[in-house]
Amino acid sequence: MPQAPPRYPAAPPPASGTDHRRVVLVGGGLVGLTLALDLARHGVAVTLLDEEDSVATGSRAICFAKRTLEIYARLGLGPRMLEKGVTWQTGRVFHGAREAFHFDLLPEAGHEYPAFVNLQQYHVEEWLVEACQAAGVELRWRHRVAGLAPEAAGVTLAVETPQGPYTLRADWLLACDGARSAIRRALGLPFQGQVFQDRFLIADVVIRGEVGFPAERWFWFDPPFHPGQSVLLHKQPDDLWRIDFQLGWDADPEAEQQPARVAARVRAMLGPDVPFELEWVSLYTFRCRRLDRFVHGRVVFAGDSAHQVSPFGARGGNGGVQDADNLAWKLAAVLNGSAGPGLLDSYEAERIAAAEENILHAMRATDFITPKSDHARAYRDAVLDLAADHAFARALVNSGRLSRPAVLAESPLNSADQGGWAGGAPAGAAAPDAPVLCEGQPDWLLRHLGGDFGLLLFDAPDFPTPPGLRPVHVAAEARPGALWDHSGLAAARFGAMPGGAVLLRPDQHIAARLAMPDPVAVRAALERARGGGGLVP
Amino acid sequence: MSLDTTPRLADADAAFALLMEAHRGLDPAASRALDARLVLILANHVGDLAVLRQALALARNGLAGEDGPGLSAAR
Ligand SMILES: Cc1cc2nc3c(=O)[nH]c(=O)nc-3n(C[C@H](O)[C@H](O)[C@H](O)COP(=O)(O)OP(=O)(O)OC[C@H]3O[C@@H](n4cnc5c(N)ncnc54)[C@H](O)[C@@H]3O)c2cc1C
Repeated sequence: MPQAPPRYPAAPPPASGTDHRRVVLVGGGLVGLTLALDLARHGVAVTLLDEEDSVATGSRAICFAKRTLEIYARLGLGPRMLEKGVTWQTGRVFHGAREAFHFDLLPEAGHEYPAFVNLQQYHVEEWLVEACQAAGVELRWRHRVAGLAPEAAGVTLAVETPQGPYTLRADWLLACDGARSAIRRALGLPFQGQVFQDRFLIADVVIRGEVGFPAERWFWFDPPFHPGQSVLLHKQPDDLWRIDFQLGWDADPEAEQQPARVAARVRAMLGPDVPFELEWVSLYTFRCRRLDRFVHGRVVFAGDSAHQVSPFGARGGNGGVQDADNLAWKLAAVLNGSAGPGLLDSYEAERIAAAEENILHAMRATDFITPKSDHARAYRDAVLDLAADHAFARALVNSGRLSRPAVLAESPLNSADQGGWAGGAPAGAAAPDAPVLCEGQPDWLLRHLGGDFGLLLFDAPDFPTPPGLRPVHVAAEARPGALWDHSGLAAARFGAMPGGAVLLRPDQHIAARLAMPDPVAVRAALERARGGGGLVP
Repeated sequence: MSLDTTPRLADADAAFALLMEAHRGLDPAASRALDARLVLILANHVGDLAVLRQALALARNGLAGEDGPGLSAAR
């Protein structure tokens, strides 16, 4: 890291040796901090335990996808990420010495957030800690969960701190303790999947001044400077470049991390005249696996503790942040009584489907990048050979299908479309953004959605919404009290006709589309989106 | 659409000869590369995953080896 990582003060254990909290979250990593912040903003008191006293060390997640940025915008961190992060949307794929093709991840304009920004995970975590502190999350650094006993209405945790152990009772336990989750192991839950027989070297390299690479994702298959393997290059803030070198299964993990050896690889890539400093080196192998269930009584898993994917496609962190986005409002609703505990079943249904999708894409990308047999390599190389000249083959090149927001198409919370919809984002999709004018000022639609349930009304007359449902009016003409869809993009992206309404969940996902909304249908859709068994006031 | 296995080549001998001719002078690795390219080009021409799946099942039929899990799992 360019500057020393922040150190947070270790919290003393409770004097009595025992303690009770309604919601305990274990793991102050990317996902745990995001979930804690979201819960706090929904008014839920959270106690967060982390065995460390700092943020992530070294190079981990760097590619933050559009949907993740929109989630962080809802949580108040979007502008900061955009300002600090390196915005990019072009990917280039090279085969041998030449460019095979390039792609544009966000070809259309009219979105507040770009396809991706690159940003070190430790920066994001530091800002999340600040935001959690400001939102009143109780942070207990250097508290390690060493054991647990599940009970009917909660969990008892054995916690260790530098000043001694204590017992903590939790009504709800949120397990965000990462890929090696101690909670998962204590419950004896199988975490199975595939290990890939390959090793990758990560180097974070500081290059000051002019660099011959633009802010794009560059992926090489079999480049002259690293024959027979692949290489990935990304620009990060702070003059930092991230390079991933594929090494193969037979590589010697010790020898490969020697600075002189890594520097030689980097020099071969950059050329002899580019001065650089190595800031971080690590070696990884990866796996794709998940838990069978994410909700186990009063224990709920999110992030890497629940699922793990290979990094190509940036689906680990981005997937975990979407877990948090999905879980926070649901747990808050269960705790404040506006929904029954059944609502959490939908967290599991929606996020298992999303994890499956992420695992499928990650596996396919890994199979392409790391062919497991001679025939697989022959097909892979045939695709790359054909790709330079033929569009059909470009579609087959898989250097990682970059994280896209999950469409919760099969969600039990969705209602069937009412009336006709001319395409547009379907039920289950995250709401698309669009430029609007708010009282004459340029603004973005998504800034007006989320946090609570919303009813987006397109050129609709005043509509009586039930309590807990916030109307958001969008109009094709300037009109007081309505966002002006001056470009028509909002209506087009939702496929909305005048008079139509879209029910949005607190996580900005679409729950229902009603071409001719009436109060009864809206109430029914809202009831369903709250898990059906809710006590709607 | 489903896989058409009726005889469709007007001059079957010429078609077979074309395939043989294409491989002439290639070493085994280059031959394999040619086959892979050809399969990809023809798969795109077919343009239908269901037909491709049937063709693969037919091609795999009777070959020794484990069951083709990929074929059913890919559904
Ligand atoms: C090399 C690499 C590159 C990656 N690149 C990307 C990328 O570009 N984009 C992307 O989206 N994702 C990427 N990822 C994945 C991403 O880093 C992870 O998915 C993400 O960190 C998961 O967050 P998490 O909060 O679930 O787990 P973690 O970040 O691992 O956090 C777990 C936390 O739990 C704490 N903890 C663990 N056990 C205990 C215990 N017993 N008691 C108390 N606390 C405990 C740990 O101290 C830690 O703070 C990458 C990962 C790697 C390794």
